Amino acid sequence: MSNNETKKYNMREFLAFTGASVLEDGKCVFVGTGLPMIAGILAQKTHAPHLLIIFEAGGVGPILTELPISVGQELTFHKGITATSMHDVMSSCQAGFVDYGFLGGAQMDMYGNINTTCIGDHDHPKTRLPGSGGANDIASFAHKTILIIGGQSKRTFVNKVDFLTTPGYLDGPGAREKAGLPQGTGPHRVITQLAIFGFDDKTKRLKLISIHPGVTLEEVKDNCSFDIIIPEKYGISAEPTDKDLDILRTQIDPTGMMIGK
Amino acid sequence: MEILHEGKGELIGWHDPDENREYVLKNKSRELKDKTMTAKEVVTKFVKDGNFIASGGFGHIRVSMNIIYEIIRQKKRNLVMAGKTAVHDLDLLVGTGCVNKVEVAYSFGHELRGLSPASRRMVESGKCKVSGEISNSGYQWRFLAGMMGLPFIPSRNLLGTDTGKYSSCKVVKDPFSGKPINLIPAAYPDVAFIHVHRCDNYGNCQIDGILVEDFELARCARKLIITTEEIIDNDEIRREPWRTTIPFYVVDAVVEQPFGSHPCEMHGMYFFDEEHIAEWLDISRTDEGVQKYAEKYIDSVNEFDDYLELCGGIKKLNFLKRREALRAPLITPWRK
Repeated sequence: MSNNETKKYNMREFLAFTGASVLEDGKCVFVGTGLPMIAGILAQKTHAPHLLIIFEAGGVGPILTELPISVGQELTFHKGITATSMHDVMSSCQAGFVDYGFLGGAQMDMYGNINTTCIGDHDHPKTRLPGSGGANDIASFAHKTILIIGGQSKRTFVNKVDFLTTPGYLDGPGAREKAGLPQGTGPHRVITQLAIFGFDDKTKRLKLISIHPGVTLEEVKDNCSFDIIIPEKYGISAEPTDKDLDILRTQIDPTGMMIGK
Repeated sequence: MEILHEGKGELIGWHDPDENREYVLKNKSRELKDKTMTAKEVVTKFVKDGNFIASGGFGHIRVSMNIIYEIIRQKKRNLVMAGKTAVHDLDLLVGTGCVNKVEVAYSFGHELRGLSPASRRMVESGKCKVSGEISNSGYQWRFLAGMMGLPFIPSRNLLGTDTGKYSSCKVVKDPFSGKPINLIPAAYPDVAFIHVHRCDNYGNCQIDGILVEDFELARCARKLIITTEEIIDNDEIRREPWRTTIPFYVVDAVVEQPFGSHPCEMHGMYFFDEEHIAEWLDISRTDEGVQKYAEKYIDSVNEFDDYLELCGGIKKLNFLKRREALRAPLITPWRK
């Protein structure tokens, strides 16, 4: 956000709120570590009390009291529906039970392909990152995938990812199906500190939906190495209410480990 | 079947299913016998230099830390590790030079706590090799194929990506649907360590909470070492047999170690020791720091109980129990 100091929330709080806002009540979301977890909990505590949250290590349907550090800790099945196995939840995801996959990423291209494996050459990496984890699985299997990338810039929104860890639309329309991925799946929304994006139906390229309050269109375009499809009409993203912020700060992440202090 | 693509990752821990049946027939005893041993005996007897090892649990959850420390103490070398979301255990083993090859699903990170300074340094300097990439369910399904006694299992992940290209999987045309399908090769780790809440002296185990992939890993490992918070009587196992997630006939040894997952979490019993993890994340920024850590917490102590004393003893352990029950506040000392 450009004029952060004048706002009553910080960037991560805004991302968590925006992430929560795209989740619907009565649906199922498979969340990855970090901001996706916070967004899922906030959604559950506000407009989507019956949002079914699934964690890759086997936690299903917890009532989350605080933000887990890990996608496998006790909180991920606290007062939950079942504490099962990765094989069980990943198989359900592959079989089509999961509406939304919700992930973070280090680098993304115009088709929503994600890199979390390495910067530089794979065999001699400049920076070694953790790898796929469950991200490749979730983005392959979930009906719709939502991505949060907190630091949109020319370095993170790139023409070509250094390593294609997790599939977006690969190299364009029809590529997922051609590769054998489940039909009709793929990235649905991308949330950054500047804007919310979707994907163009025809070209499967990144397309602007709304820009955040106080952000200019130029900032959105300048912080990107490829051309974003800008429709004639685009919106301004909604802002969190005081209640949303209070829930984030006092209930979900009181130590500020994710949203900061 | 027509092969469409072949991953270029090194195939680790695969055996012909008939060869594995032969191994099981000759080496896995179906006799109900006492298998209790010490951590020192277990590592001396079962862990050989160059072995392909796998650790149970998930990340910082339910990990046989007493075995990890003993491997470091005995200076095992050239181990290959399943990075099946392997985090703190892997970081220590790579950092101290015990493991020098990893097949990565998720490694070199500590989730919200940040990246691993020690193991990242070893990979980026070429001292630790990444044999190939895979995903979390990809790894789990390697174990699933192994426990089923099959050469591979078909899946619809990894397709179209570099993760697939750098894996040891093959993509073929599915003879039923005609669509491309990924074949994940079976994995049979030479040795696996799984920490459980309780088991009897024969190795019949109960796990509270999520199983992650331990159901499969337990059944495909060539040697399976169980570490347990407590040993219970066989009568207790037989009273509720539906709770036995790992049966004795896949188990090779049982080691009793209360708080044996420390500084990792044990579901329903004790929380992560965030102070200890933060100390490791900080000190492991340099090779000298890793050495200092190993001297203080591993080499200079004879047994795990002494290590627990060094980490804060009963006072710390009581705090971790209260924290797990959400009766004590979360602390995040690794947060800068």
